[in-house]
Amino acid sequence: MAVRNTPVDDAPIGFLRDKAKQLRRHMLAMASRLGQGYIGQGLGIADLLAALYFHELRYDPADPAWPERDRFLLSTGHYSLALWAALAEAGVLPIEELATYGADASRLDMSTLDTTPGVEVIGGSLGHGLGQGIGMALGLRLDGRPARVFVELSDGEMQEGATWEAAMAAPHFRLDRLVALIDCNGIQADGAIVLDLEPVAEKWRAFGWETAEIDGNRMDEIVNALHGARSANGRPKAIVLRTLPGKGVPTLERREKAHFVRVEADEWGALAAELEGDHV
Amino acid sequence: MSEPGRTLAMGEAERVAGHSVDAPFGRALVELGHARPDIVGLTADLGKYTDIHPFRDAFPERFFNVGMAEQNLVAVSAGLARAGKTPFCTTYGVFATRRAYDYIAIACAHSRVNVKIIAGLPGLTTGYGGTHQAIEDLALMRMVPGLVVIDPCDATDIMQATHAIAAYDGPVYMRLLRASVPVILDAAQYRFAIGEARRLRQGGDVALIGTGFMTGRALQAAEAVGRDGIAAAVLHVPTLKPFDADAVAELASQVRCVITVENHVVTGGLASLVAETLFERGMTRPLVRIGLPDRFIECGSVGFLQEKYGLTAERIEQAIRAACG
Repeated sequence: MAVRNTPVDDAPIGFLRDKAKQLRRHMLAMASRLGQGYIGQGLGIADLLAALYFHELRYDPADPAWPERDRFLLSTGHYSLALWAALAEAGVLPIEELATYGADASRLDMSTLDTTPGVEVIGGSLGHGLGQGIGMALGLRLDGRPARVFVELSDGEMQEGATWEAAMAAPHFRLDRLVALIDCNGIQADGAIVLDLEPVAEKWRAFGWETAEIDGNRMDEIVNALHGARSANGRPKAIVLRTLPGKGVPTLERREKAHFVRVEADEWGALAAELEGDHV
Repeated sequence: MSEPGRTLAMGEAERVAGHSVDAPFGRALVELGHARPDIVGLTADLGKYTDIHPFRDAFPERFFNVGMAEQNLVAVSAGLARAGKTPFCTTYGVFATRRAYDYIAIACAHSRVNVKIIAGLPGLTTGYGGTHQAIEDLALMRMVPGLVVIDPCDATDIMQATHAIAAYDGPVYMRLLRASVPVILDAAQYRFAIGEARRLRQGGDVALIGTGFMTGRALQAAEAVGRDGIAAAVLHVPTLKPFDADAVAELASQVRCVITVENHVVTGGLASLVAETLFERGMTRPLVRIGLPDRFIECGSVGFLQEKYGLTAERIEQAIRAACG
């Protein structure tokens, strides 16, 4: 068994940035084959996924069901291309399989299903991830396993009532190995966030979560926040990540913020070239 | 064949008649809890009212009350199942099915996880009106792919079914009769098995097909008409899904008329299942559907409401006599 990532404090920031860029390359390639997708959101959380899969999470790429693994739950199932990129780069899925993203009969669906290795829950019906993360954390604690549970959710997802049912429960159960990763990218299906959510961090603090608020596209801040979330102090951790949809590809960063991006066939080459520039 | 029916699985009816068991679900779950450390209990602020309090008291470290939050109740249960536990979560049927449907469908059934949803106050077992009476829950749950749906009829059924669903690896929705629950079935002879109907009484004139507590009333009605020479068979169908269509078709082939009895609206539940079965197999029989109408029910005492809406042995008896008249 080859367990990835026994976290150390001297994180290789440069290495993780390179990994994030590699994830972005995979995502652009996947989206360009389809001509569309949730590429904006994926590029926005590439830095977080790189920090998780190449630094913070303990897992065995050869055995995705290893009982002692740390769990990463992608509640926003429509960010699937980001997860496929991370799982492939981490060795859980074959890199070549990324070419099947969104194709009929592919395991790499547009929205995550739990039948694909490395997927912990069915995402996509928003509001489902955090509660299931609580259940996993309770179960792991009952078994005396030190594994941690990381749940990604989005700012728009905070409009779902169940998010707050879960937010209220986790501090009650003193789940200090549970980390909520709240991707605040400012967009949702109808465009810019339709219902004011601020102050996001204050809400999580008020519910009893030890909360950090960071630039979700700065690797040093992400790593520091993940390190800070390791403390066994009886409180669940929340990290509010302010991310930029399309991060790393200036044209997409500037584009009118869209939940679902369509790119003309002749544009993809230019976008890939932008990624290779010094923007990230 | 018109001689009075003979009771099959009832054993000595007199021996068990009038007996009841307190919190049969909770008792069975405590038994299971001792043998199975993977079993955990959850509720959404209804521990006292869904008979899970014996488990809470016996295994406090394995019991989680998530407060009045049914979506989270089901989501947390699904997460526990993913961590290798066997969660039994309780709330009222109305809240489980109406508030947490998406979580039952996706986090449990679509995910094929081992969660048992135990649903109190089925149909007209409360006088609290439409907010609390789960009159359409079986129809809703029946539509969820991969979900097992159970409506037990008495304390024996509940205790056996609790053991059976604990042994089954997959998501289950089970209706709960709570507090002091009558004993109708003789535990020495009756065997609950998921997906299997049980012929409780033979008879060649009319078939009574029942689920939930209405099966008990069907037995009473069959007994009453039997004294007048009408032979009514009683088939108990505790599992609505998977449905024992073979048992239904076999019985229907032996009688002239079929009467379904259920503590549920007559659309989408047992009556619909029976009608689907008969038509699919090319069988036509007059079908009388006894159950609740397509409307929300008012507040009132349980006895008054059951009488008014026909969930009684007398109503079944009338239907038998009309059918055989």
